[in-house]
Amino acid sequence: MSLTPKKITERSGLVVNPVKTCQPIGAMYAALGINKCLPHSHGSQGCCSFHRMHLTRHFRDPVVATTSSFTEGASVFGGRSNLNTSMKNIWKLYNPDVVAINTTCLSETIGDDVGSMIASMDLPEGKTVIHASTPSYVGSHITGYSNMVQAMIKQLAQKDEEASNEKINLIPGFVDPGDMREIKRITKLMGIPFTMLPDTSGVVDSPMTGKYEMYPKGGTTIEEIKDSGNSKATIALGSFASEAGAFELERKCDVKPYVLKTPIGVKATDEFIMQLVKITGQEVPYALEEERGQLVDIMTDTHFHFHGKTVAIFGDPDVVIAMTEFVVSLGMTPKYVVTGTPGKEFKQQVDAILEDAGVEGVKVKNPGDLLELHQWIKNESVDLIIGNSYGKYIAKEEDIPLVRFGFPILDRSVQSYLPIVGYKGAMRLIEKISGALLDRADRDATEEDLELVM
Amino acid sequence: MRQVAIYGKGGIGKSTTTQNLTSSLAEMGKEIMVVGCDPKADSTRMLLGGMDQKTVLDTLREEGQDIELDDIMKRGTDFSNIRCVESGGPEPGVGCAGRGIITSINMLEGLGAYTDDLDYVFYDVLGDVVCGGFAMPIREGKAQEIYIVASGELMAMYAANNICKGIKKYAESGGVRLGGIICNSRKVDGELELLEAFAKRLGSQLIHFVPRDNVVQRAEINRKVVIAYEPECEQADEYRSLAKAIDDNELFVIPDPMEQEELESLMMEHGILEL
Repeated sequence: MSLTPKKITERSGLVVNPVKTCQPIGAMYAALGINKCLPHSHGSQGCCSFHRMHLTRHFRDPVVATTSSFTEGASVFGGRSNLNTSMKNIWKLYNPDVVAINTTCLSETIGDDVGSMIASMDLPEGKTVIHASTPSYVGSHITGYSNMVQAMIKQLAQKDEEASNEKINLIPGFVDPGDMREIKRITKLMGIPFTMLPDTSGVVDSPMTGKYEMYPKGGTTIEEIKDSGNSKATIALGSFASEAGAFELERKCDVKPYVLKTPIGVKATDEFIMQLVKITGQEVPYALEEERGQLVDIMTDTHFHFHGKTVAIFGDPDVVIAMTEFVVSLGMTPKYVVTGTPGKEFKQQVDAILEDAGVEGVKVKNPGDLLELHQWIKNESVDLIIGNSYGKYIAKEEDIPLVRFGFPILDRSVQSYLPIVGYKGAMRLIEKISGALLDRADRDATEEDLELVM
Repeated sequence: MRQVAIYGKGGIGKSTTTQNLTSSLAEMGKEIMVVGCDPKADSTRMLLGGMDQKTVLDTLREEGQDIELDDIMKRGTDFSNIRCVESGGPEPGVGCAGRGIITSINMLEGLGAYTDDLDYVFYDVLGDVVCGGFAMPIREGKAQEIYIVASGELMAMYAANNICKGIKKYAESGGVRLGGIICNSRKVDGELELLEAFAKRLGSQLIHFVPRDNVVQRAEINRKVVIAYEPECEQADEYRSLAKAIDDNELFVIPDPMEQEELESLMMEHGILEL
């Protein structure tokens, strides 16, 4: 890291330390949010191993998935017979209710038509197979998540005449199960019936019971996904990960879509709750008003911890956009905002937030990488970095505190159980951010300047 | 050992020309291996008197079994000094034929098919060089010389010109060179002059003009090359001349392909429009 050149040269074809990973990781994560679902990777074994490992390291829970185990022969003759054999083995050995197939770069490049392979398969009674196309040379893991969510809706959701279920569909985006639990808690507090899809809570944060369950209790059931076509509306949290699914449901079943930010911070959470109010006419319960009041109280009490502090934020687009809005509301100055996921909308959304807040001179980039972020920091440093575990190398080299946030977090634990969304999540973020900044102030203070009260 | 790749537009007569050419070389006493690089596996049909040998890629379907070279390499029925190999490949519409050729050539090397007593190895490659796999025979120092089969029809010349672009790419980094254009006549007006001018413009030569003769079709239906079916006929001598020209060839160039407009104006110059 000490060799990172300060001089920035324009790069067109090279990405160094990307802020993204493979499409199938997102597809697999979305698939895990279906009850009794086994993700299946249609490609070589190495892909599947890496995807499982990466997810397992972040969630510290076993992530199971199967693979078509391509050989050289499969890449020449196509993967149909491998997929057929895989499916036979899966039903016999692992017996899931659903198999969600994602493709890989190899099966995409040789042009395997997974849809037609599934169509010509004899499925056992009551079993479901869905599939999404997820080549990693397009987009990122967020694209993969989005593709799998869209696939489950396209291939399963149904509209039954005169069978409105008065529910709201909630597509949470690529967030931790702790966040999904918080979004569900808020919606429940408001007394609104809902279906969250996909829902990885109870799957990748399942409790230790002494008995291994291949398919833990959590996840959206097939019936719920089918019934999502009869819902009143869909709220997609985070445009990059969730809007494709919401729009698909509108096209297919005429369910009205509302695309909001991931509800990180007071403003985005307000918008989420007010949207629920608008759609359902329900009132905001005191419990939520109380939480909001507490959050605003904390923000006021601790404002001087944050005021004018500069920050670099990197990670997945939806959470980075929302985080930018939150740090601005805390009085901090975002200086660098980076994601690796392509899509013009990122800059538009971030710029709109910055313009609203009157913050200028911010470097916003997508797709960007961590080498360039490091170079920016070398030229003009920041007080804090907010991002995933990969930020620790820059943080150490430049001696800047890092608040871990987003995916993946491979070197700290517990984060996936607790929320960063909603008012409670915002409180938790404030605790983390101010903790990092104040620990740093304490570390740097001379003995006579060490403050007891901060 | 000279390794030669034959390219050209689909249907132009690459396989027919290659088999007649190699049998003429065999008649001269050369030791030859013909590697068919087409998933249809029909590049050695006339040499073997039918299509019944196992392809290299068939062996992939039967992994775990010991594969002997003899299982996939057959000697020609009329010319036993021609060894015939078919790469094979996936069924139409599935898998990756390009990857198949890469795999197949690697397997042939692994099985020790390239023996020192060979004078020639011929690769008969399907259609255009559509992807990296179909360029395998000219990659990594395999085939050093290429002949393009063409006729006086615009699309055949367009394809030949396009193949030259591919050759140029590999020629600059590796050692592959264009040895010449073989005309497989379609009886287009002014064909000989047109192709001579075309080859010259590419910096190469028209190595031989093979006239059109129905004996080729008759031989083909009888699963024989012309030189075995009717050794005394004029067409057989044409193939012998082609073989000799290639055996004596010393002009190997990096081709200078044309832009489309230049190619079209070349055709106009040579009289298609006047007539």
